[in-house]
Order: sequence, then structure tokens, then C-alpha cells
Amino acid sequence: MSNEQNMPLWEVFIRPRTGLHHKHVGSLHAADSTMAMHAARDVYTRREEGDSIWVVASSHIHASDPKRSGENFDPASDKVYRHPSFYDIPDEVGHM
Amino acid sequence: MYSQGLIGADDKTAEDQAFLDAFQKRIDAEEKIEPNDPMPAAYRSTLIRMIGQHAHSEIVGMLPEGNWITRAPSLRRKVALLAKVQDEGGHGLYLYSAAETLGVSREQMTEELLSGKAKYSSIFNYPTPTWADIGTIGWLVDGAAIMNQVPLCRCSYGPYARAMIRVCKEESFHQRQGYELVQNLCAGTTEQKAMAQDSLNRWWWPSLMMFGPSDTDSQHSDLSMKWKIKRFTNDELRQKFVDATVPQAKLIGLSMPDADLKWNADKNNGQGGYDFGAIDWDEFWRVVKGHGMMNKDRIKARKKAWDDGAWVREAAQAYAKKQNTQVAAA
Repeated sequence: MSNEQNMPLWEVFIRPRTGLHHKHVGSLHAADSTMAMHAARDVYTRREEGDSIWVVASSHIHASDPKRSGENFDPASDKVYRHPSFYDIPDEVGHM
Repeated sequence: MYSQGLIGADDKTAEDQAFLDAFQKRIDAEEKIEPNDPMPAAYRSTLIRMIGQHAHSEIVGMLPEGNWITRAPSLRRKVALLAKVQDEGGHGLYLYSAAETLGVSREQMTEELLSGKAKYSSIFNYPTPTWADIGTIGWLVDGAAIMNQVPLCRCSYGPYARAMIRVCKEESFHQRQGYELVQNLCAGTTEQKAMAQDSLNRWWWPSLMMFGPSDTDSQHSDLSMKWKIKRFTNDELRQKFVDATVPQAKLIGLSMPDADLKWNADKNNGQGGYDFGAIDWDEFWRVVKGHGMMNKDRIKARKKAWDDGAWVREAAQAYAKKQNTQVAAA
């Protein structure tokens, strides 16, 4: 077994129905994209979970570094003026 | 069954107190820990062990039931059993994937299962000689597994918790189909009812053992509770299972093989619960250490499946490599 090469890892995304986003549901190992697609269909759509599948080689995903979460995401936390509720307008205007 | 995954876990961790305190603060705030987050080495190794054992249990768990697929007495039972066994394979995949996010490879986990280094739940080392066993497994074994898995949906490690949510959603039919099957046997002929009772007699005690050693003997519970890997102790879950299952047996006219079983109104902070007899822990440790009735057969079957599939894996990878070369050349 040790001289076998490892099967590549694939991330699986399912779209529950048209009009919605594909959503990450899990991962699996397969030799190529065709086999990854077959396995994803067998494992992740046994109960009508979706009508479309994406498989993406995990090695193609570039993730942000959790150690830099502060500098990446904290700057947005004090910018309430980016939300509509920050602005006062007269009630008489109604919905805007 | 998955509390058994902590047997032999290594609690040693090398981080300084400031690191451990910062980690504990996140845990106490109910933040989920994700794969690339900093975590104590012992948190990682405990989870690899526990999730790996859980995954192996799903895969080995296909064997006792798979044994009956061709002999299911009706099409209704056959499609249910096929769907259940197929689910177990899927659950193994979700769990292996969750373990892999912690830096262990699938190949390494498979190797450890086949070499006997990694364990799976003791329950799957018992044989399934009668059709009633298929019902009893769904009712008791899946029932006990669900009792363990529902709190694991709130495990502090994100990928494990997400896998558990999916597993629990799919698994609720497993217990119901099992109970329905046993109930039908109990409503059948005298022989059928006797078969159901015999099966319950054989599976009841091993099912209680699925929750793992008693809290007084389980030294790994403390840290995994503190880190919110587990939410309840082995004995708490075992008690919940007994209290839920005894009335289910009564309802269909079966009795638990335990002379000491009796209602105790003072139990569970005055809510009441069942006192039950002593578990044969010698039997439990014998099975865990590899001397159960089916240990050798189970590993032999997994090894055969792995070895017989080698040419398929090799061919698939050779084909993928060839396709890639042709794309590169074009």
C-alpha cells in the first residue's frame, strides 16, 4: 500500500435548486474529475439534496490565513456607516 | 460508540499556559475551531483518534448487516437495508474527510485499521446469525449511536460537528426501520417473537458497552469535556439510552435480559430512571483487545476489499495521469 500514490482530494459543492448558490458540502478522494463527479453524485445527492454539482481539486483552493484574521476582517467592524440603519430620515418618508 | 474512540488517547500537550488559556477562552465562548486555527497538540491528536475510530466503525459496521442483504425477506426490507448500508459507507467518508482536515491522510488511517493499530466500535465484533439481528441492530446499535452523535453535533471542532449534523439527519431512519422490523416480528408467530427476544438478549449488553468505560475508569473524559469535544460523559449517555429504550421494549412485549433492571423514582434528579445490572467489563476489554467473536473476520474482510480493489485504484490513477499528459501535450 505504501508505494501507491495518494488519491487527490476534491471539494464538493451542491446547488439545492436553480436560483441558489452552490454550497460546500464536503470532500472526497478520486483519481480524476470524472470519477470525483460520480462519487459526489453517489454520496452527496442520495436524498434529493440538489440539481447541480461542482467538484474542485482541493489543491486549487487558496484560503486566507486565520492568523491574519484581525488585519483582514476587523477593519469592517467599526464601519457602521456602510449599513442603511446608520442614516436618520423622517418617518414620514416611509420605506426607503 | 464513539466514546470508545478516546481509549488510549494521549493527553500530553506541549503548549505554554498563555496559549492554552487563549484556546480555552475560545472554547468557553462556544466558538468553533476550524482546521487552520491554532490548537493544542493534544486536542488535535484526541480528535484524530476519535474521528478516525468513528469512521472505521461506520465502515466495519457495513459488514454485519451487509451479510443479510441478499436474504432480506421482502423487497421493502431489502431496499431499506441497502439504503442503510450505503449510508454507513457515506458516513465513513464524511468522517474520514473531517479527520483529514487535522493533517492525517486517508492512506494512513486505512493502514492503521488494517494493521489493527486503530480500533472501531466493539459492537461490530458480534455476529448476526438471525434476521432479527438486523432489526435489533437498527433499534439498539443505531439508537445508541444516535444518543452519542446528537451531542457531537455541538462538538467544538467545526468539521466534526458538521459531519455529525449530516450523519444524524440521515441516520434517524436507521433506528426507525430497525424498531419497525422487530415490532413486526413480535406481532408475528411464536417463533418470530422468540427470535426477536433472543436477538435482544444477545445485543442488549454489548449495546450498553458501546458508550465506553464507566466514568470512574475513563481518564480521558475530563480533558475532552473541558475542550467540548464531548458534551456528556459515557455514563450519562448510557443512562439516557437505557431510559429511552426500556419502554420501547415493553411496548412490543420484549424484556431486557437484566434481572436487576428496575424503575428508580429518585434517579436523574428526581425525574426517575432505570437502575440496571453490572456490565461485564471483562468481556468489553476482551473484545476491544481483539478477542471478540468476529474481530478476525472483520479485519480480514476489510483487508480483502482493500487488496482486491488495488488494481482499480491503480488503473484509475494511471488513466488520470495519461489524460493529464495528453492535455499538457495538446
